[in-house]
Amino acid sequence: MAEYETHDYDVIVSGAGGAGLRAAIEAKSRGLRTALICKSLLGKAHTVMAEGGIAAAMGNVYPEDNWQVHFRDTMRGGKMLNNWRMAQLHAQEAPERVQELEAWGALFDRTADGRILQRDFGGHRYARLAHVGDRTGLEMIRTLQQRAVALDVAVFMECKILRLLSDADGVISGAVGYWRATGDMVVFSAKAVVLATGGVGKSWKYTSNSWECTGDGHAMALWAGADLIDMECVQFHPTGMVWPLSVRGILVTEGVRGDGGVLRNAEGRRFMFDYVADMFREETADSEEEADRWYADHSAGRRPPELLPRDEVARAINTEVKAGRGSPHGGVFLDIASRRSPEYIRRRLPSMYHQFMELAGVDITAEPMEVGPTCHYMMGGVRVDAETGAATVPGLFVCGEAAGGMHGSNRLGGNSLSDLLVFGYRAGMGASDYAEGRTGTPAPNQAEIEHTVAEALAPFERDDGENPYELHHRLQDTMQDLVGIIRTGDELDQALERLDELVFLAGKVKVTGGRAYNPAWNLATDLPAMLTVSRCVTLGARDRRESRGGHTREDYPNADPEFGKVNLVQRQPSGGGMAEEIKIGPEPIPEMPPELAALFEEGH
Amino acid sequence: MAAEVVMRVWRGDSSGGAFAEYRLPAQEGEVVLDVVHRIQATQAGDLACRWNCKAGKCGSCSAEINGTPRLMCMTRMDQLPEGPVTVAPMRTFPIIRDLVTDVSFNFEVAKQVPPFAPPPRPEGGYRMAQVDIERGQEFCKCIECFMCQDVCHVIRDHEENKAHYAGPRFFIRFAELEMHPLDTNDRRELLRQREGLGLCNITKCCTEVCPEHIKITDNAIIPLKERVVDAAYDPVAWLGRTILRRRKASPNEAAAHGR
Ligand SMILES: Cc1cc2nc3c(=O)[nH]c(=O)nc-3n(C[C@H](O)[C@H](O)[C@H](O)COP(=O)(O)OP(=O)(O)OC[C@H]3O[C@@H](n4cnc5c(N)ncnc54)[C@H](O)[C@@H]3O)c2cc1C
Ligand code: SF4
Ligand code: SF4
Ligand code: FES
Repeated sequence: MAEYETHDYDVIVSGAGGAGLRAAIEAKSRGLRTALICKSLLGKAHTVMAEGGIAAAMGNVYPEDNWQVHFRDTMRGGKMLNNWRMAQLHAQEAPERVQELEAWGALFDRTADGRILQRDFGGHRYARLAHVGDRTGLEMIRTLQQRAVALDVAVFMECKILRLLSDADGVISGAVGYWRATGDMVVFSAKAVVLATGGVGKSWKYTSNSWECTGDGHAMALWAGADLIDMECVQFHPTGMVWPLSVRGILVTEGVRGDGGVLRNAEGRRFMFDYVADMFREETADSEEEADRWYADHSAGRRPPELLPRDEVARAINTEVKAGRGSPHGGVFLDIASRRSPEYIRRRLPSMYHQFMELAGVDITAEPMEVGPTCHYMMGGVRVDAETGAATVPGLFVCGEAAGGMHGSNRLGGNSLSDLLVFGYRAGMGASDYAEGRTGTPAPNQAEIEHTVAEALAPFERDDGENPYELHHRLQDTMQDLVGIIRTGDELDQALERLDELVFLAGKVKVTGGRAYNPAWNLATDLPAMLTVSRCVTLGARDRRESRGGHTREDYPNADPEFGKVNLVQRQPSGGGMAEEIKIGPEPIPEMPPELAALFEEGH
Repeated sequence: MAAEVVMRVWRGDSSGGAFAEYRLPAQEGEVVLDVVHRIQATQAGDLACRWNCKAGKCGSCSAEINGTPRLMCMTRMDQLPEGPVTVAPMRTFPIIRDLVTDVSFNFEVAKQVPPFAPPPRPEGGYRMAQVDIERGQEFCKCIECFMCQDVCHVIRDHEENKAHYAGPRFFIRFAELEMHPLDTNDRRELLRQREGLGLCNITKCCTEVCPEHIKITDNAIIPLKERVVDAAYDPVAWLGRTILRRRKASPNEAAAHGR
């Protein structure tokens, strides 16, 4: 029999990024016994890296801004694949959630009259991002962390959840995991479980994501019987560092472009003017002069094309590089040095300044940066109820990057941090309501515990087997080469074959050393989730035979209105696991009510 | 660029350990963390270290590189002196394994800080001027790498002081709250009695190692001492007061400060 310690709570939240923290704060404020569990130390989650800001239509800089405009921008950015109700709640509630952060101590940059300052970002019609220089995520996570500590939420740091546990009726009733410091197993029983485990980027070679972004929540929910949607919709951020190789993928905030930076190819041309899609032509400047007027006064010109939604910009950069007009290290140039004063750049973009100075030896106040696309964000995720964050299995709630629907096929910058707050709060409420209404003591299935523990420890038992690092590198090469920014049917089929082989090999991983803080073993336990999610992304990409938002098919280069009406839904009906069958099929997206649909006709 | 890098990494746990030497082909533009990762992938899968962002933003990868606390992800190999590079865990905290230390002391201190307490929110939200929050914003840059805690001699060499000393990371947290234009809590007695502010004798070692270049001593500790302790009993506070008074004399300088 497996050995483990046990804990019992009303609500457990797996994930201590913005979404998990906000959910835990809500559950704890409601008086519920709440535990917050995370793979790293508290305060280190991926959210800490967010730079540019939090989108919220507060109207502090442009009073014309309101939730309807934000809603419309979000839906159009997502190419209308979004869950409209989530996009609506998000636009309506984000301002209150930001003000609440301020009441908990966050110090946002200010307008001249003392209100929260808002900055421009791609796809947002008005300056809308509340921010603190270019370290907004740090401010957000610290504020939420300090709030959670003040409320005395129980925190389990460096504790990895391996699987969700259900009871005899199939209701989610807890989770099993291990302490990284000791390797000892832990079982939680809970009346409601919230997953806020973040993104999936670590399956690609060039990514802005941290090691934690292995899609654990996506995979665990799928294994537990929940539906995933839109998994093919992965965002490649247009501007990651490209050189030196060891830092390739690290993010260069969109704030650089919002604050006046422009993209140029090797010929010095501002090439984005050549890539304005019809959908955005009406609102995009058609000359450099017009674009430059816009920065100072948005009524004096239309938006610069550098600030089109991310999918548009990433594809354009990709095309320029392929056409041989790229920079020496295979990117393009992002130039703010020739356009803004050194003082301005250092004040607005201090961490970009340091990042380039220290890692690449480039002074961004004097020279252009070299940038190229990097795997950044998973739009797809667990299918949830907009109001409560409830997944399609009872007892499970999901929020943040692990949840799907909110962003459709492409997310606008700044809409993630606001998403974390709005739906972290809602999932915290949803889970609390559910826990309060649940009768009886949750009784997690013993066999599931035994099975999970045995599987996790198996790599120590083998005399011979695969190196987990090696498998991880092969997975990253596969996804980078075959399921990257531009996809084709043939390559996706090849990817599926390779993934099957990797799944097979992942069942034979061997690690040496002990269980205490052993990164090889930790990685071995991340592989099943990474492989499961990679299969989902590839299956979705194969079946969505069109191009939409973050998903681009070379063999189906246009958007297909029929595909625009459906989510591709994936589930594992006959048992959850990386090697089990995944069923995929189209299901209609929820239909927008007429009063909201009208917002898209008036040409707002 | 040398063709080979030699790295001596401390390996062991709470019962003891030693430096192990690894040799790898050199690669252009690498940071210390890249080399540690390559050691993990090819020679020592179980070599324990912490990291998250690899961009100097999360404060996970602190270690003592050639004897000095630094972020492994922001230390370029080509900027270290030629020859073997030693990488050791932070000394002030108990070892878990290899480069990973038990930093729970810091999370315990965090619980003692009385939270931010603003007045009720007015209609339309709070108003604060940029100049009034800039001091606080400097302290909010802290990424909790705990290297200032590591280097502070009050606890580095005196385990017993940990029971009644918050350390520089938390002095700036107190300072941030004390300087917040909306805060109403008074934490001065706590700082003096429980958090051991008086034990700091402004050696400035903390400021020197801070990767965020926060002026911990000048901008947080000295003004706090000033607020907390009666000048007659603490010569350091007296010194602080004179420094501060001189600075206050120039409003331009004060405004330009703490960008
Ligand atoms: C460099 C960068 C800049 C960005 N800038 C912006 C921006 O300016 N504006 C914006 O809106 N968005 C931005 N984003 C996106 C945004 O930061 C993320 O989408 C968001 O932070 C995700 O938050 P989350 O709470 O869902 O998850 P995360 O912050 O990723 O947190 C996940 C948590 O889950 C835990 N976890 C994961 N798996 C397990 C497990 N198995 N067991 C236990 N715990 C687990 C982790 O330890 C972690 O605590 C940026 C992203 C990057 C990479
Ligand atoms: S200045 Fe004070 S807090 Fe900083 S290292 Fe010296 S004694 Fe410690
Ligand atoms: S103050 Fe500086 S050195 Fe200390 S924990 Fe914060 S970032 Fe690190
Ligand atoms: S890994 Fe985040 S600071 Fe080094």
